[in-house]
Amino acid sequence: MAEATTAPAKRKLKWVGKRAPRPDGVDKVTGRAKFGADLFMSGQLVGKVLRSTLPHARIKSIDISKALALPGVKAIVTRDDFQDMASEFVPAGEMMINYKDVVRNIMAREKVLYEGHPVAAVAATNAAVARQALKLIKVEYEVLPHVIDVDEAMKPGAPLLHEDMITQGVEPAPTKPSNVAKRVQFAVGDIEAGFKKADVIVEREYHTQPVHQGYIEPHACIASVSEDGQADLWVTTQGHYVVRAHCARLLGWDISKLRVTASEIGGGFGGKTVVYLEPVALALAKKAQRPVKMVMTREEVFRASGPAPGAWVKVKIGATKDGRITAAEATMAYQAGAFQGSPVQMGCMCAFAPYDLENVKTVGFDVVTNRPKVAAYRAPGAPISEYAVECALDELADQLKIDPLDLRLKNAAKEGTRAVYGPKFGPIGMVETLEAAKNHAHYTAKLGPNQGRGVASGFWFNIGGETCASINVNEDGTVSLIIGTPDIGGSRASHAQMTAESLGIDLSKVRTIIADTSMLGYTFLTGGSRATFAGGMAANQAAGDVIKQLCSRAAKIWEIPEDAVAYEDGFVKPAGANAGKFPALSIADIAKKAGKTGGPIVGHAQINAQGAGPSLGTHIVDVEVDKETGRVSVLRYTVIQDAGKAVHPSYVEGQFQGGAVQGIGWALSEEYIYGADGRMQNAGFLDYRMPVASDVPMIDTVIVEVPNPRHPYGVRGIGETPIVPPMAAIANAIGHALGTRLYELPMSPPKVLKAIGQNEAKGQGRGH
Amino acid sequence: MRYEAPETVDKAVALLASMGRKARVLAGGTDLLVQLRAGVVEPEMMIDIKKIAELRSIAREAGGFRIGAAVAGAEIREHADLRKAWPGICEAANLIGSTQIQGRASMGGNLCNASPAADSVPALIAAGAKVTVVGPAGRREVPVESIATGPGKTSLADGEFVVSFLLPPRPAHASDAYLRFIPRTEMDIAVVGAGVNVTLDAKGVVSAARVSLGAVAPTALVVEDAAKALIGTKGEAAALDALAKAASAACRPIDDKRGTKEFRIQVAGVIARRTAAKALERARKV
Repeated sequence: MAEATTAPAKRKLKWVGKRAPRPDGVDKVTGRAKFGADLFMSGQLVGKVLRSTLPHARIKSIDISKALALPGVKAIVTRDDFQDMASEFVPAGEMMINYKDVVRNIMAREKVLYEGHPVAAVAATNAAVARQALKLIKVEYEVLPHVIDVDEAMKPGAPLLHEDMITQGVEPAPTKPSNVAKRVQFAVGDIEAGFKKADVIVEREYHTQPVHQGYIEPHACIASVSEDGQADLWVTTQGHYVVRAHCARLLGWDISKLRVTASEIGGGFGGKTVVYLEPVALALAKKAQRPVKMVMTREEVFRASGPAPGAWVKVKIGATKDGRITAAEATMAYQAGAFQGSPVQMGCMCAFAPYDLENVKTVGFDVVTNRPKVAAYRAPGAPISEYAVECALDELADQLKIDPLDLRLKNAAKEGTRAVYGPKFGPIGMVETLEAAKNHAHYTAKLGPNQGRGVASGFWFNIGGETCASINVNEDGTVSLIIGTPDIGGSRASHAQMTAESLGIDLSKVRTIIADTSMLGYTFLTGGSRATFAGGMAANQAAGDVIKQLCSRAAKIWEIPEDAVAYEDGFVKPAGANAGKFPALSIADIAKKAGKTGGPIVGHAQINAQGAGPSLGTHIVDVEVDKETGRVSVLRYTVIQDAGKAVHPSYVEGQFQGGAVQGIGWALSEEYIYGADGRMQNAGFLDYRMPVASDVPMIDTVIVEVPNPRHPYGVRGIGETPIVPPMAAIANAIGHALGTRLYELPMSPPKVLKAIGQNEAKGQGRGH
Repeated sequence: MRYEAPETVDKAVALLASMGRKARVLAGGTDLLVQLRAGVVEPEMMIDIKKIAELRSIAREAGGFRIGAAVAGAEIREHADLRKAWPGICEAANLIGSTQIQGRASMGGNLCNASPAADSVPALIAAGAKVTVVGPAGRREVPVESIATGPGKTSLADGEFVVSFLLPPRPAHASDAYLRFIPRTEMDIAVVGAGVNVTLDAKGVVSAARVSLGAVAPTALVVEDAAKALIGTKGEAAALDALAKAASAACRPIDDKRGTKEFRIQVAGVIARRTAAKALERARKV
């Protein structure tokens, strides 16, 4: 009896590992692909949101009467159109959300909590009428003092966003409310004893700014609700099943009433795992009895959709003279935005995860401020805490006069290392990426004046989760693979490759289709670097189901027992005593006769994928600093990361490169700039400075493969780790170029120039 | 909103005069269309001046060049004679936006948008360029630096618009340069911009110079002290340092999202010095 592989394939692979053409590629290049704003329905209305211009205020009244009377206005919704919800946390991507907060985030109730907070939404016959209607809505506010900065928000007497917020995780519970939603702690060993054994201790504080995911496609959807309450939603999202669940819950509908289709997606990076416009569009569509399309402007994306948090992190690391770390401690406070739920817990879990340490403690605080609620952004939480740790480690290496890669090698986590958050690691690639970095020509290349080199490593867990897959064997023997995770980074291609491999058929015979929510069972979103890992696992299992059925049909045709056949390379052959008795049957042969042998052949899998393997990476970067202007140029960049198994190496490299580029922006130029009025001053790509193509060098990549033993093809998931090391690698490179260090992101020209000036004033410049 | 595209200056003046402030003049539209979309301006009429031949031509005049206000950056880039005589103006005009924007963006629009950070303006001021303005009262010719009066504000009267720029004749050993500081490499707005125009005598001594700075005050500055620091020198390090110092001293910047006051003052000197060095190097070769 043949089965698809369940352990990492040791056989020679035909499709997995190949750089096959991307099935969605041509449509995306030619403009044929349909994104969130590209579906048009007859009779569709335009939906627009009225947003708060105040960062913090109590809503005294909302008068929509004049707007409603404007010809062309078909529906208006406000807080009165959404039922209040009880406090209940549910997973959203890798983060948790609370419906009590979500219902307030999609439409303000008692208060507006940030500039950009929705207060009302209008559906009208065109955009001009909708905009005019927004101006006619009168909102009466009682202005409240606001707090933007995380340090300020934690001080006693800071303006309170939620008057009933009592810090969780503190014993005894505080008696007074504050902006600190939660305290979390992870600890192993005895850090006090560990620090006593240290010969050298580095203790530093770091600050980071919020950064936006920066997807090029803004949030967009079109909703339609029929007279009998059957609803359809077309939306750009990383997870349409999750959108369905949230919308149904927020609107009080049965899940079966709502079908959600994921459009092509122009980037998500974690930011399209939550709902903003979607429940509002559905509510408007129901009220207006017409389809409603809503598309955010870029300004709205910045003012109202989640960035990654800004934070402060304090790190203390002690080591012996030979570079063995004796104790490590980190304390961090992350901005959650207007509602609790920053990824600080993951920041605490990841901070020291690349290392095998006896004594570790991490403490985190989740802090609300008058900013948009944060959302997931590639490896949520990890880039911040690991940035701080990797910078401190670099200073430790400098002080100990040990090569920074050797210091990391000496302390690297390996198979069997117990993580601070509990589990023991399986096989992981930390040592392998460090060794590959050491052996890379980049690491020993000569540097010019005002140039510096930095290295840093990074860790991310990766996740599995609920995943369904169906394989329909078509009448001609070709197969359709139906999966439920939107394709962001080439997962249609990788799924097709794994399916072709599992079935032993030509890749051209497999077409991957992303199902809408009515076609497959619940499938968690594309996030946590899980799509290729979990989808591949489900597809492989569905292929096993197909193979079982093919064998059974062939046995029926040959009139021999089912266990007397074998499956090999797309053919069923008689086996054992019957070997050679009948000519082998191809999938096409069996498919043609399927009607006569029991009906269509369809393989299914519905799993909760387990065994995701962490991916570790090490980056090397060279920078040059213009000492007269503080401008930093990235000259050379190499990403080295363990992929487990690269199903499609080009897309793995693309993820490595993309993460590095986003990290370069995080390190050097991206930040939210707020005025004293609590309003964001740079809500556009001109002044929110993401790197452009000419700002970055060609990013070199090295794929390390330490297979994940729990995946049929050894896959780990690689999409998030690449954004973890860049900030520290660049900070370390700048430190080496200048002989002085910066402790605040972004390391923009004014900050760098100031640091140069201060260093010269001290007369301690000692450029390397 | 009405869209009009007159083919003569007179028709454009008549339209503009009849609508007053309810009309906006459209050249390349690379600022205006963005403002329209953002709801910053809501004009009743857009008067497109690109159909007027005079506004779209580059011609020799009085030993210099006359450049139509709506000539696109890409057209300036392709004009070999202009580029040879005024490389600084051309490099400044070619910094207005990306390659795609260059197909439309004009120096007339760049000037009348009156951003303190406009790239072509310091280069035009350093060149000593004049602008021809037309309106209901006829034509007048004024220096470039007299147009912008503050961020988004100009000295143009109701019904007036800019027709063309006139660049003076070029003596021997004269050239110019424009450099700016931006945090990115492209797709950005000047945090500091500097235009420097120099003329050398036969011995290589600076006989005339003009220095202009952008983005460090409400309008582009003419920095006479910086020019004086160069005149009578061969552009040695000491002269360039004095120029840098004078440039920094002239700055009256604000702290904003694009840079701090302190940073702009310091970097203005650096950029002015680099620009002057580049202009001098060019002047020595022609």
